[in-house]
Amino acid sequence: MFQVRIHGRGGQGVVTAAEMLSIAAFDEGRHAQAFPSFGSERTGAPVVAFCRIADKEIRLREPIMEPDALIIQDPTLLHQVDVFSGLTPEGYILINTNKTFEELGLADLVRGRRLARLCTVSATEISLRHVGRPVPNVPLLGGFAAISGVLKLESVIKAINDRFSGKVAAGNVAAATEAYNTVRKELEEIAHA
Amino acid sequence: MLKQMEGSRAVAEAVALCRPEVICAYPISPQTHIVEALGELVKEGALTPCEFINVESEFAAMSVAIGSSATGARTYTATASQGLLFMAEAVYNASGLGLPIVMTVANRAIGAPINIWNDHSDALSQRDSGWLQIFAETNQEALDLHIQAFRLAEELSLPIMVCMDGFILTHAYERVDMPTQEQVDAYLPKYEPRQVLDPADPVSIGAMVGPEAFMEVRYLAHAKQMEALKLIPEYAAEFKAVFGRDSGGLVHTYKADDADTIVVAMGSVLGTIKDVVDEMREAGHKIGVLGITLFRPFPIAQVREALRHAKRVVVLEKSLAVGLGGILSTNVGMALAAQPVDVYTVVAGLGGRSITMRSLHALFRKAEKNDLDPLTFLDLNRGVVDKQLERERATRRSGPAAEAILRDIGVVAANIAQEAP
Repeated sequence: MFQVRIHGRGGQGVVTAAEMLSIAAFDEGRHAQAFPSFGSERTGAPVVAFCRIADKEIRLREPIMEPDALIIQDPTLLHQVDVFSGLTPEGYILINTNKTFEELGLADLVRGRRLARLCTVSATEISLRHVGRPVPNVPLLGGFAAISGVLKLESVIKAINDRFSGKVAAGNVAAATEAYNTVRKELEEIAHA
Repeated sequence: MLKQMEGSRAVAEAVALCRPEVICAYPISPQTHIVEALGELVKEGALTPCEFINVESEFAAMSVAIGSSATGARTYTATASQGLLFMAEAVYNASGLGLPIVMTVANRAIGAPINIWNDHSDALSQRDSGWLQIFAETNQEALDLHIQAFRLAEELSLPIMVCMDGFILTHAYERVDMPTQEQVDAYLPKYEPRQVLDPADPVSIGAMVGPEAFMEVRYLAHAKQMEALKLIPEYAAEFKAVFGRDSGGLVHTYKADDADTIVVAMGSVLGTIKDVVDEMREAGHKIGVLGITLFRPFPIAQVREALRHAKRVVVLEKSLAVGLGGILSTNVGMALAAQPVDVYTVVAGLGGRSITMRSLHALFRKAEKNDLDPLTFLDLNRGVVDKQLERERATRRSGPAAEAILRDIGVVAANIAQEAP
């Protein structure tokens, strides 16, 4: 089972991201379970959503306390919420930011972790460019497909078209594809470094 | 057809396939996405003929349901938490009049303190209302139970609550197999009411009944509810024949045949419990599970049979009978009255407290050593409780307890599992 935890703020589409991730996994014939953290989801308040992906029925209903991957939609949460809580030693971290882990003050926190599992992508900027609104959730799913290899980009695109239509769908597909390519490039640079 | 969708949406689509003729709901919190989706289906013309009635309160929702059901219309509504309490008087009327309304209860806690999260306090507060109550373990089962519920309700002429865990199921996206209209039509016959308000053939429904006959009418309500114990297994078997899967029934056991310790529970927590039981079985523990699908009528004989060889029974329930202990465990205890077996009551998950595998592992191991108190509150933060009790000892005007506890605990945004710190 692969467990993903998504952190963001109310209004950034945290819950939608988890749901779309589950749809993308379902499209690949896998079992998936997505659910929100059931807070009072006010705009701007910290929100958490979860997605489990597995090859058999998922019965477990506890929150994801030891994620295999973290998607952090809002870097301002880093100093407010213990977003890294329980992350497995081999876990993936994808942060929406135009800064590096060092610039975010996370150098100590990620020391010893494999570089190929740590990525940043400017998902808000990408979404502004392609969708016209600061909605980083969907491009980050493209980035997640690239860093984790758990899902194909095509499945994420299918989930986008399942959820949205017209210009919004097209914009999000472009945004997810750009984020996917950006993360792929980062990973190639790490591999060649 | 396999789909990945939200639990509420899945139930809405299944209810629509049952061709309800009247859906009434109070559209403001506490409500679910179920009636929202049904409202859209009616508005789009996808569900027709059906009248969707927005009412002014839950009391009105159940009152309209009573009226429409009495005219012979297949009637559906949904509620939760305080909403169910607000309609309580009409809830008793619906069953007392023998009207086969189907209602989803998206289980949530009851305040005060205000809490929007999941537990079973709402449905269990109406356990003696004369409604049948069935509890879903997964979204697939929630969907399936609604289809069975219409058939059962209409055959018995009694209302049914289909209970599914609020948020944990209603808001979860997971895989469901959505039946076709042809399958549902083949399974669910046209509603043929026993009593109809029909101007062409007038009857009175709702007469005043004095001491001379009240007992007899109430006895009939009991006797009719008990008929469900026979019908439900038959309907579940027919369901399997049409839809190809096991769903519904009275109780379900899991690895219980040779188990010394059997955990009894209802609803979605059964999934987490089964995962723990699998891990404990691998480590050599003789532990199993009894899931209660039907809570009213309570399947006493089947519970007794399932627990016949157990050395100890752990009843894990998301409800609290204040001043007594467990509600489910009291019912299970009745089934075990003549058996020399230890029954432990564990109150867990109140107000949405996460029930984790880690806590269950520790709990079940303690039970195996007969080291559990008869009544345990899982993951209770004793420090916080003691601090408040001390405050109340020290100061007469100690102030409101819930607010003081919140101050002691501090910010919870950082707490991912929403566990006690």
